[in-house]
Order: sequence, then structure tokens, then C-alpha cells
Amino acid sequence: MTTALRFSLLLLGVSFSRGFLNELFDEEEQTEGVVQASKYGSLWPLPQKVQLSEVSFKLNGVSFKISDAKESTAGPSCSLLQDAYRRYYEYMFGSFKRQEGRKSRRAGPSDVTELQVWITSSESDCDSFPSVASDESYELTVDQPYAVLKAPKVWGALHGLETFSQLVYEDENGAKSINSTTISDFPRFAHRGILLDSSRHFLPIKVLLANLETMAMNKFNVFHWHIVDDPSFPYLSRTFPQLSQQGAYHPYTHVYTPADVKMVIEFGRLRGIRVIPEFDTPGHTQSWGKGQKDLLTPCYSGSEPSGTFGPVNPILNTTYDFMSQFFKEVSTVFPDAYIHLGGDEVDFSCWKSNPDIQKFMKQQGFGQDFTKLESFYIQKLLDIVATTQKGYMIWQEVFDNGVKLKADTVVHVWIGGGANDELAKVTEAGYTTILSAPWYLDYISYAQDWQKYYKVEPLNFNGTDEQKKLVIGGEACLWGEYVDATNLTPRLWPRASAVAERLWSAKEVTDINDAFNRLSVHRCRMVE
Amino acid sequence: MEVIMYMLSSGRCTRAHLYLLLLIIIALGFHTVEGVWPLPQTVTTSPERYPLNSQAFYFGYGRQSAAKPGCSVLDAAFKRYFSLIFQDYTSGNGPLRFNQNKPFTVEVSVDHDDCLSYPNEDSSERYNLSVSAGKASLNAETVWGAVRGLESFSQLVYQDEYGSYFVNKTEIDDFPRFKFRGILLDTSRHYLPVTAILKTLDAMAYSKFNVFHWHIVDDPSFPYQSSTFPDLSSKGAFHPMTHIYTQSDVRRVISHARLWGIRVIPEFDSPGHTQSWGKGQPDLLTPCYRGSTPSGTFGPVNPVLPSTYQFMTKLFKEVSSVFPDSYIHLGGDEVGFSCWKSNPDVRAFMQKMGFGGNFPKLEAFYMESIVNITSALNKTSIVWQDVFDYHEKIPKDTVLHIWKGTGYKTELSRITKAGMRVVLAAPWYINHIAYGQDWHNSYTVQPLNFSGTDEQKKLVIGGEVAMWGEYVDATNLHPRLWPRASAGAERLWSDEQQTSSVDKAFPRLQDFRCLLVRRGIRAEPLFVGHCKHEYQGI
Repeated sequence: MTTALRFSLLLLGVSFSRGFLNELFDEEEQTEGVVQASKYGSLWPLPQKVQLSEVSFKLNGVSFKISDAKESTAGPSCSLLQDAYRRYYEYMFGSFKRQEGRKSRRAGPSDVTELQVWITSSESDCDSFPSVASDESYELTVDQPYAVLKAPKVWGALHGLETFSQLVYEDENGAKSINSTTISDFPRFAHRGILLDSSRHFLPIKVLLANLETMAMNKFNVFHWHIVDDPSFPYLSRTFPQLSQQGAYHPYTHVYTPADVKMVIEFGRLRGIRVIPEFDTPGHTQSWGKGQKDLLTPCYSGSEPSGTFGPVNPILNTTYDFMSQFFKEVSTVFPDAYIHLGGDEVDFSCWKSNPDIQKFMKQQGFGQDFTKLESFYIQKLLDIVATTQKGYMIWQEVFDNGVKLKADTVVHVWIGGGANDELAKVTEAGYTTILSAPWYLDYISYAQDWQKYYKVEPLNFNGTDEQKKLVIGGEACLWGEYVDATNLTPRLWPRASAVAERLWSAKEVTDINDAFNRLSVHRCRMVE
Repeated sequence: MEVIMYMLSSGRCTRAHLYLLLLIIIALGFHTVEGVWPLPQTVTTSPERYPLNSQAFYFGYGRQSAAKPGCSVLDAAFKRYFSLIFQDYTSGNGPLRFNQNKPFTVEVSVDHDDCLSYPNEDSSERYNLSVSAGKASLNAETVWGAVRGLESFSQLVYQDEYGSYFVNKTEIDDFPRFKFRGILLDTSRHYLPVTAILKTLDAMAYSKFNVFHWHIVDDPSFPYQSSTFPDLSSKGAFHPMTHIYTQSDVRRVISHARLWGIRVIPEFDSPGHTQSWGKGQPDLLTPCYRGSTPSGTFGPVNPVLPSTYQFMTKLFKEVSSVFPDSYIHLGGDEVGFSCWKSNPDVRAFMQKMGFGGNFPKLEAFYMESIVNITSALNKTSIVWQDVFDYHEKIPKDTVLHIWKGTGYKTELSRITKAGMRVVLAAPWYINHIAYGQDWHNSYTVQPLNFSGTDEQKKLVIGGEVAMWGEYVDATNLHPRLWPRASAGAERLWSDEQQTSSVDKAFPRLQDFRCLLVRRGIRAEPLFVGHCKHEYQGI
């Protein structure tokens, strides 16, 4: 999903002009772009139901507490929540020193003194990993003297804490304040992801962690980790250490060790974020070949091997032995129920050039139809992965080529132009799907392109209600050709926030001016 | 070797002993010297290489040098470049040193002792660098040329696979193609903290830029804190305390820039682009009318009131003493006439002056007055091309700044034909971003490819890379600016024949980008790949 078709998306350059804006707007309208206050404050993404009142309360940073409600099924032993309380307390009040002897310590009459967090389901999910089926709903009531956050599971509580923190503001005197509020909230789509590409450029762990933190602020819940690809193989495999030893940009400074991966997964879990790794095959695997002999197809020029290599070699048993062992490891390292298996953009020219492959094609009766060979490979791979008890996600080509898929497969739609038709086809066939095509954030252009992402309606395709239910969400993709630690954060945020609201909030939330007003404040909050 | 040793900070290296060189010479492939960015005019390198040891590396003043120890510019440059060359250097406890190195000295000689001055439009930046065994000789006419040469030297040093530092035998003769090589930053549309500006100045020096065009105020905010008119920023800045540049901030920027040989040219753009001025200076802007009553909104500076010119005289008097450069940028672009047209007093003035309905004449009248104010302060004015377009009778020493993308070549011809000097910015508006390797666009510009005589071409004194601030603040300034601006830097410094190929430039620019990252500049990648030392921040 990274090359050929991408270029058709290139936008026309904006004419060079000093006064670009002035040419677009009359002088009268120059106030356009000035941030006005939204009636929804700075909530982002907008909750499903909000009632904000004018009645304002104060929050005393010294005495304010976030605590477990008596009836809550998650108590002090739930470290996920305790961590979250501390994080949000610090986030709202800074590292407010608990000073002794200050008279402000005592709560005033108009104070909200406590936020009680009440997990209502008998199973809080505190020690489990989030999944596509996790209940993320919550209800928040801000009143005096207590605010109450009710959620069936910890995942909803995490989102509710984020929402609560977004309601807090400073009045003219700098006093922390919050208005009387009632919110009832749940996501429109269950799968709300960000794809980062750590192969084209290595992304240091702290960049990944900072990104997870920002994702939580936007209620994203899937980190799609496109961890390896042609240019480099930074994943340090215990079973096949030579993959990163030979295939990473550098075997020590540019790899993710098992401890690194664990840290990312746990950091994500504590924020209600799933980590789905992608090990894309049979194309996009040049870097695999460096550490794994005979894995890739030798290309021929005429009757001689040319010395270059193509996609994974689908005709050798060793290939499948390798994949079995490798995915067995991956399935234990990554706890999520899904693995992304890629399967996109397979170039057939090398396979065509190779006499052994040609022979195999004949044997199998594939003729010259190399998509059949591709499907043959993918089919075997899917069967291998199925034995690890994992579900899988695949790029849309795999579906297009008619590979037999498990019923719970998630088809990832990425090809721009015709994405709606593809959604219709995939869902008609009964598969669940996620959408990325309109959200390739690596394509940059001048000015406010977030509006373009915001205006996408994922269910705007021809299909029955049943079909629409199969669209479980979407992902914003930041491919790495031109992105590394130097520019990832400003390139991703707040542009990805537009996608976040589209995937979380109600379909009717489409007022672009109101969105601008809320997003402007939300950006400043993220900058802090 | 008659050199005055210049000792560097580490207390451990005061024992300037000479020891026998004990070098394990390992037969490794020679480092291909990718060279210096921007490419020097002439470079000769040899595979012969010399080891450098941070414990025995010195900068010194040549005996013939007019600048002596104590020269602020060079002393500071020596300190900076020591740290830039030896990135891994940590003073303190090392292991016992069994192999002792021969010292290596960079000996700098300049013809003029201009250590206390500011770089100006006539400053020579030429230098000659000769690297040989144990010694590099750097000769320049001015300290500014020496600073450029030190940058080149620092880029010649590399580390082998073991981390040892080397420099190859090299001969460089270098001078800039254009004497005006600028970066524009816009601190009005978004406030840029002083630290972001200082960092930009550092990175500018790495690319041999020599002008910081500070578009300091504009419609959205007025962050310059004027000592004469403090209300301008207290009412016109985004915030009167946190989003302003105090006098000491400005001095800090200017002195930091000076040490890098960078001029600071402020722009106080009028009569348009002045909405923020009006907040702190009543009656400065033209009240717009709806029908026969004021609408409550304001237009450009009011050109009909004497108070306007009194204000401008005082303001520019202050500005010209705060900013030492001989240039001041007066703006003069994109003046909308609708408000002037609506105002009965302006119309009456037009009649009185015999301008009829020709508002460009009114604008010309205003700009002429402003240019005269700054001329009286002995400053050279730079103005945007608009001023030439509607009014050809401006003082001959005014510099025209071309910004309009369409037809800039025709504009170059027209303005130089009129005998006026120009700075070209039009093809380098890099705030306009696009997917892919858009640095190609900046790199392939041919600034003198317009129809005109040789005399005309000499009037193109340089160019400027512009980073307007609509979508830029401290969060994204550096990755958006670097290394994209460096493409423009090579176009303005280097010989066009030698640097016409983007394919040849690509690997050099990639290396240079990694060098920027190593030096702590958040320079974004050009394409897929990696740097040995990746950016360590977030």
C-alpha cells in the first residue's frame, strides 16, 4: 500500500503567493480562522451525548482526589486505574506539591472535591488486554461535591478520565474550574487506529510511547505497528535473531528488543490501546532476505540468477517451516487477538523470471496467472497463522484475489479511488473491514488538510444495514518514506485528530467550524 | 610552526606535550569525502588522511593574522567548532592513554581585524583552506570568511568504523556566488520563542546563510516590544508578556547572529499588513466606512495624517538604532484599497493631491515618505516588488524583493533593467509543502536565467528562502525548514554548473541532513533510510 497508487493522490501545488490567504478571502472575511468558543468547550472527540451547564465549580489542586467508588468492581489493586488516576491528576494540576499549612487545603463550598470512578461490570477487565469487542462506554456526571464516572469496564473509565480532563479549564484568575456536566459516551466504531511505519525509518521507542500517549488523548485504540518492510527489519526475533542482525539499519541502535516491544504493549494496554503488529509478506520483504537465506525468490535475467531477489519464495517447504516458527513467536510476543499479515503490492516480475517458479506453476496448473500463486502462498500462510489461534488482518488485495479467508478476517481497505466500491464488495462477502484509503496522512499538502480527513463518511457506500455493521472502523496511516523522529509528531498531530473524531463521534457531528474551534484548543492541549 | 596556541576548555589538555605518534594503521577503504554542503567553488582532495585527537587538537591564530587572540568572533567560533567536530567528546576521566598523538592545529589568519564589527552587505566571505599533515591553514579576508571556512573544515572531519577522527588532505578555495543569502521567519502569524530563532541561526550557519530576515510583525500580532511605543506590543501581541520580544531578546538574537556572520534585517511592513499595529496606536490605521459612517473596522495605515509620519519617524529611529544592519525591510506589499476608497478624508486628500482615483499613487506617496524617513537614518531600504510595480521612482539604492511566483523572471528583467538591485524569494517559498522530495524545486532554480545584460545580472544580489507562519510555529518549524532550506543554500552559494544535478546532490544532502541531526537540528528525512545517530528528542 505504499507505492504505485499513491502518486495518483498527489495534490496540485498551491500557487506561490505571499498573500495566499488574502486572495482567497475578502478583507472583511479576514477574521476567518479566528478561534471562537465552541458551545462544547474543547471536547475532542465530541462525546455522543453532552449536557454542559453554565454552573461552574472549582477544583482545588491540593485536596482534589480521584478515587474508586465504593461499589466499583475495580479497587486499589487495579494498577491500570491507579496509574491513570495519577497520570490525569498530574495532567490536570501539574506536579502540584501537596503543601502543608496552606489554608486553601480545605474545600470551598463550590468545589468539586472528588472524581469517583465506578466500574460497574463484575469483570472490570483490569488485568486483561483490550480487544475489538471491549466495552468502551462511560457515563460522566460532574456535580457537587462529587463527580462520578461510571463505566462497565476499565476501558470506558480511561476514556472518561480523558474527557473529564478536557472539561477542566482555568478561569480568569487561573483557578481550575469545571462546569456542571452530564455526558454519556461510547465510540461509533470499535477499531480506531494509527499506523506507524518503523521500517522505512527507525522510530525510537520514546517516539512510539509519546505517540501512544497522544493517541489516548484522541481516544484512538489501535496501534497498527507496521514494524518491518523492504528497507529494514528492526524487530529482534528470539527465534531468528539474524533477521534484525542482518536486516536492521543497525543491529543494536536500530532494533526493537523483546523488552522494547513489551514496553510498547504494556504502555498501550494501560491506555486502552491494542498493539497489532504487521508482518507483511510475500512482498515488501527485501530486508527479511538479508538474515534468512533462501527465503526470497532469486530473480533471473535470462537463464542466470541476476543476484537480486523478489518476494518470498512460495514454492519451497522451508519457507513455510520458517513462517510457522516465526509466527508462532509473534503470536506469543503480541497478545492481541489479531496479527496483520499484509499481502499487498506483490510484484510478479521476479517470480516470472525464475524457472523453478515457472515449473511449479505448470505443475499446479496455474498457467500464467501469478495471482493464483500469490493466493497459494497466502492461503498456506493463513492456515499457519490460524493454528496459532490468532485472527488476522490483511490488505484488500488478498480479498480481491479470491483467497479463502476465515470468517473473522478483517480486510483493510487502502486503495484510494474506489474505496466505497471495495467496502461494498468486502461487506457483501460478509467480511469485517476497516478503512484507511482516505486517511493516508503521509501525503501532505499546503494548508488545512485536516478538513479533508474530517469530511470523510466511512459508511457512504451502497449496502444494507447489515453490511454497514461490518465496517468496524478505520486507521490513519503515516507511512515512513519521509517521516522519522524529527518530524513525526508535528506531521501526525493534530491531523490524525480529525480522523479520531470521525471514528468516535456520532455520524451527525460534521460542523467544520465548530470542529475548528474545538480542535484549535485541543491542539494547544496536546502541545502542552 | 609559529602558532599561538589556543587552548580549549578541557583542563586535562594543558600539558601540550608532544609524544611519538603510535598509530595502528589499518588497511581500510578510504573514506570517500562526500564533501561540504554547500559545495565550495573549488575542492581538491586526496586519499591521504590524518588522524585527529580531541586531546591534541587546537585552533590557533596565524602569526600574520590581523585578528589576535581575544577576537570575540573567532574565539567563540573555535569553541563551537571544537564541540561540533568532536561530538563524542566528554572531558574527564579517560583510560590510560598508551598511544599519544601528534597535535593537529587549525591555524586561522585574517587580513582585517573586524572582530567587533557586524557583518554587512560588503563583507567578504572568501576563504582558503589547506589541510596537510598536522595542520590546516585557513586564510580569509575577514573573520566572516574564517567562520565559513571553519564550517567547511568541520564538515571535512569524519569518523571511521572505530570512531577515530580523520581529515583528508584537502585544498579548498571558496567564496559565495551571491552575497545575500537569507532565511525569512515570520514571528507574527505564530510567535516563535527566542530559542527557536537561535537554533535556526545555528542551522543557517551550517548551510552558510548570512541574512536573517526577521518578519517580526504583521496583521495577526505585534511581538516587538518598542521602547518608544510600548503599547504596540502590550496591546498588539498575542500576549503582552509571554509572546513578545523584549529589547534584550532582540539584542540576544543580533549578537548570536553576529558570531555566526549573519546579518539581522528586521521587516516592519506597512502600510498593509498592519492590523496588529492599530491596537496599540490609535489613529494609525485608516477607519473604513460603510456608507457615510465608520464601520468600526480598519484598513491600511492612514496616509493622510501628519501624525502617521511623526509616528513612523520615531519608530524607525528606534528600529534603526536597535538593529545595527544598514538595511531595513519596509514591506509595502499587498495593500488593499477598498478601505481607503471608503474613507471620505482619504478621498478628499486624493483630490487635493491631484491623484484622482488612482490609489496606487496614494500608496506610492506613502512609501516614498517612509523610504525617505529611513534614508535620513542612513539605512538602505528593502521593499517588496509591489513598490516597484506601481512606482518606479524610488531611490536608486533601494533593494527590491521579488516574491510573486508567476512571472518572476520577467520581473527580474524589468527591475534590473531599471538599474535597481533585487533579492529573489519567489521560487523559495518553502512554507508551501508538498508530498515527496520537493527540495528539487528549490535546488533547480536558476536565479540568473532571465533575459538581461551582464550588468543587469550583477544587480541580483542574492536570494531568500521564506518560511511564512500561517501553519508554522515552534512545533514544526525546524523539520519544515531543514534540510529543505539547505537546497536553496547551495543554489545561492555554489557554482551553478557544478551543482546542476539533483541526483548528484541527493547523497550529499542526505549526509548533510544526518550531520544536522547529529548537531541537534530536527532536520527531516529526504527519503527512506537512516542516520547513524538518529534524532533523540520527540
